[in-house]
Amino acid sequence: MDVPVLKQGPYLIATVQSALTDADLAQLRRTLVEQVGRYRSRGLIVDVTAVDVLDSFACRTLRDIAHMTGFRGAETVIVGIHADLAFAMVQLGLSLEGVTTALDLEEGLAYLDRKQRSVKALGSRPRQSAGPRNLLHPRG
Amino acid sequence: MKGSKGPAAPASAPLPAKIAIGSESTTSLLRELVAHLRQNRTQLREEWARRITEAELLTAMTKEEIFAEATSVYDNYVEALETGTFEALQAYARNLSERIIPRGVETHEVVGIVLLLRDVLARSLFAKYQGDFTKLNRILDAYEPAANRIANTVAVGFVQERERIIREQQEAIRELSTPVLQVRERLLILPIIGVIDPQRARQLTEQLLRGIRTNRAKVVVIDITGVAAMDATVANHLVQTVEASRLLGATVIVTGLSPEIAQTLVTIGVDLGKMTTVGDLQGGIEEAERLLGYKVVHFAGETPEA
Amino acid sequence: MEHIPIRADTDVLAARQKGRALGLQAGFSSIDITLLATAISELARNILLYAHEGEIELRLLNEGGRRGIMVIARDQGPGIVDIERALQDGFSTSGGLGLGLPGVKRLMDTFELKSTYGAGTVVTAVKWELR
Ligand SMILES: Nc1ncnc2c1ncn2[C@@H]1O[C@H](COP(=O)(O)OP(=O)(O)O)[C@@H](O)[C@H]1O
Ligand SMILES: [Mg+2]
Repeated sequence: MDVPVLKQGPYLIATVQSALTDADLAQLRRTLVEQVGRYRSRGLIVDVTAVDVLDSFACRTLRDIAHMTGFRGAETVIVGIHADLAFAMVQLGLSLEGVTTALDLEEGLAYLDRKQRSVKALGSRPRQSAGPRNLLHPRG
Repeated sequence: MKGSKGPAAPASAPLPAKIAIGSESTTSLLRELVAHLRQNRTQLREEWARRITEAELLTAMTKEEIFAEATSVYDNYVEALETGTFEALQAYARNLSERIIPRGVETHEVVGIVLLLRDVLARSLFAKYQGDFTKLNRILDAYEPAANRIANTVAVGFVQERERIIREQQEAIRELSTPVLQVRERLLILPIIGVIDPQRARQLTEQLLRGIRTNRAKVVVIDITGVAAMDATVANHLVQTVEASRLLGATVIVTGLSPEIAQTLVTIGVDLGKMTTVGDLQGGIEEAERLLGYKVVHFAGETPEA
Repeated sequence: MEHIPIRADTDVLAARQKGRALGLQAGFSSIDITLLATAISELARNILLYAHEGEIELRLLNEGGRRGIMVIARDQGPGIVDIERALQDGFSTSGGLGLGLPGVKRLMDTFELKSTYGAGTVVTAVKWELR
């Protein structure tokens, strides 16, 4: 199962399109950590809108992705967790502590943009291009 | 499908001859029966209505209402006998149930009146055919299965309608007791009042989580001022609700936490420092607006990029 | 009734999917279906990780009109030495989160764990429809 990863300005957007096996999850983690390094991304969004179950192994992988890409300078935002899924996750005892979450892709990008602005205001490295408006043609 | 009533037939009846003419089908017997019921419509309806009142059924309804409904049921009944189809009767039974259930009519009353009608009609058949016992038996053979099916249709229709209404009412009560209010864009308030059992706690959580998604809420104020007590299970649920909301990208502020409930939370190992709590609802809403507004100010303070 | 052999990581997804389908058939709410599928996922994963192979059995129950689904996770793997500890949040012998077994207990309505050290493990759990 291939997870498409799109580069959008300073961010990477990974869209999980269906249920992932353990091997897929491990592959996803390797790919994202590698790409965040290669593109020197400032943010990573993992969109799980199409995911119907996140068990403890999948959650751990998401948490690992967030931590590992964090070391490489990108903040990870998990977006698109369904209401049912959120309920099941907390019952299981998983709350993705320390990982940022947002309602959907749009919210996730808005969050990263805000973060980038405050970083920029502090005189750090500028962001490169516009945000959510380009979403329909992310490669364009 | 004619039922045989052998043992009931008296030995004195001229059996063989009549049975030979048994080619006279159930249909034609029913036709004869229907004609009889049509002819005596007025008298039989009155008799039935009288028996209903006598048996103290449908006490929630006036005499006139009973007579009007009796007429409709009677006509539908005769029609079902005539056509052998039950759809019209079924629809009528639903419709009737819908009208009388809110007035407190009970299942046993509905079953009772249908059985009374069966009885009234059977008696009139006895009276009419008492001179010809064999014929009477054959008429009853034809009548009984149809009458049973009718009684069944009406009773089942009533029970189903009643269950549907009860379900709807329960749903409505549930919705009422856990309102998720949107006070301004992206801000939801969930005032919880009364006793929360685990089942209600779960419904509440479900409703809130769905509400967060549909309203794209960023901040939620859960006000528990109106909650008398909270056991460990429900307190756990509250914590889970806070966490699940965060997974959807919303921040939860809990207001109206009594010292007792705070104690329960601490006892089950909740780190109150990790939960945003504000004294009262008013303060909670202000804090929520500050959270939302803070971001707005933040945006406004910046020149938008091209 | 369904028997899903668990031998590869794709089987974990298959078991989850079967559970979902059965939940739908039993008229479960979408939230209950998600809870059920998550529990199945945890149990199937444990089979794969600790016993390498085994099976998930799913049964439709009906008790006085109330529907339920029974999940039985069975393997002939190494078994669990200390069951009590295995059921505690955060206990793991594999560096995992240690939330699988205690989590399944919370997700489902009934939970039973039988394990013989050196001979295998059977977890039986039921989810009832919410009335
Ligand atoms: N089917 C099994 N066979 C053997 N040991 C098991 C099995 N399932 C669970 N265990 C043991 O119980 C422990 C706790 O399991 P679990 O709660 O799922 O957490 P995790 O899988 O993250 O370690 C495991 O680390 C393992 O030692
Ligand atoms: Mg496990």
